[in-house]
Amino acid sequence: MDENLRREIILDNYSNPKNKYIPSNEKEYLKVNTNNSSCIDNLDIYVKIEDNIIKDICFEGEACAISTSSCSIMIHNLIGKTVDEARKYIENFNNMLNENAYDEELLNEAVAYNTIYKQNNRKHCAYLPYEGILKILNQIKENE
Amino acid sequence: MNIEDFPMLKQDIIYFDNGATTLKPKQVIDKMNDYYSNYSASAHRGDYDISYKVDQEYENAREKVRKFINAEEVEEVIFTSGATESLNMIANGFFKNILTYQDEILITTSEHASNVLPWFHLQNTIGCQVKFINLDDNHYVTLENVKKSITPQTKVISLAGVTNVLGDARPIKEICKFAHLNNIFVVMDGAQSVPHRKTDVKDLDVDFLAFSGHKMCGPTGIGVLYGKKELLEELEPINLGGGMNESFDSPDEVYFKELPARLEAGTPNIAGAIGLGEAIDYLESIGMDKIHEYEMELRKYAMDKLIEIPYLDILNIESDSGIIAFNVDDIFSQDVAYYLNKYNICVRAGNHCAKILKNEVGVKNSIRISLYFYNTKSEIDDLVELLKNKEKMRIEMI
Repeated sequence: MDENLRREIILDNYSNPKNKYIPSNEKEYLKVNTNNSSCIDNLDIYVKIEDNIIKDICFEGEACAISTSSCSIMIHNLIGKTVDEARKYIENFNNMLNENAYDEELLNEAVAYNTIYKQNNRKHCAYLPYEGILKILNQIKENE
Repeated sequence: MNIEDFPMLKQDIIYFDNGATTLKPKQVIDKMNDYYSNYSASAHRGDYDISYKVDQEYENAREKVRKFINAEEVEEVIFTSGATESLNMIANGFFKNILTYQDEILITTSEHASNVLPWFHLQNTIGCQVKFINLDDNHYVTLENVKKSITPQTKVISLAGVTNVLGDARPIKEICKFAHLNNIFVVMDGAQSVPHRKTDVKDLDVDFLAFSGHKMCGPTGIGVLYGKKELLEELEPINLGGGMNESFDSPDEVYFKELPARLEAGTPNIAGAIGLGEAIDYLESIGMDKIHEYEMELRKYAMDKLIEIPYLDILNIESDSGIIAFNVDDIFSQDVAYYLNKYNICVRAGNHCAKILKNEVGVKNSIRISLYFYNTKSEIDDLVELLKNKEKMRIEMI
């Protein structure tokens, strides 16, 4: 990916993140906090799942440009997916961060983080929102 | 000053995170290597020559600490793993045994976690109350506000000599004088003050003092607990075992050693203590007053330039130490730290272990620059140049 495009995607999602607010009908959402013990990123993520489909995700909190933009892009990509599709997407993203084989097609704008492995201290920032979502998906699985 | 003594500074880095830990001069590293290479044996086992030398060096280090903080007696200096352990020993070994649920402990919201959580723990276990001294508009502690916060139940005031986010110095001597007239103990967290300015426990008249070696050019894992002798005599050892017992036959017949051994169970951090002793020699060869003076000059130099940058929100324009905390408008503190890291400038971003300070200053996180005597004006120029260009910062922060 071209460096300028990468930067544009990340900065755009940082400056204008998708769904960065607490939902007004909070009761319909599952909420999880995700934070990074080695830095100060701290996000609350709200997920609305109906009939096994992710209907909506929003988030609130304080986090760096990488975490915030990554959360925004994740939200773009996950809304409308089934829980299984979401898991597959997350696994794919994780593979990319850890330099394993991954499917670029599935990730859309999230490929902007395909060089983040070079900055070890920021890898976790990019993955932080995914950890939050996974906690929720695992909760659902346990409840089933 | 003295840059040539620091092997770390041969790398192309600008190190502005001295509040977290300081770099080590060659003298300290050599002194520790000498122990490990040439007389590596245990202490207090003087049956053979090299062990005798260990004893001498270890106790010699204690004497250096005593002199450095001007304690009356060498037994008043206890080696610990650092300020955190010292503060926990003070809270759990001394105050836990004398406080009741009716008593109050006074601290402030700008204390480091290590001077908050041990007291919260006492509140949670014995039911005493932790209360906060109001800070003034500049987030300073004034004697006036201390007086206002004291009640007949107040038994302890525990304060940092200099705080780790805002770098303000507290009027410890005046507080001690007033506190002692009211039968209140004073504990001083010296982690950020002892490395940077002269500390005289007799002049201050503090009851306890805690500080760390690694923040003053010494090794990690070594620190000091100072206490007035009559108080340390009452401090119950939390660690029991080798080195601290005189004799034991049965649970009813256990006899502890005298101070300081009683509070130093287990094989001590010998290399650490010896290294700290060397660090003290090193700092004294420069002079603590000179170090403080130089840091304040450097701070002023930095502040005059930083204040000109319109989008910087500086949390402590006035301060008594080489600590400067700020935020860049619209840019998350951690992103600023990452940006500076690209130019090998080491700064800290975050809440700096002062998690209850946020209500006081209105921001959760900040970037902290903490200076030491080996920092230079030219390093500050480099920092200022990078901060001056906000567009560059935005582009390069990711």
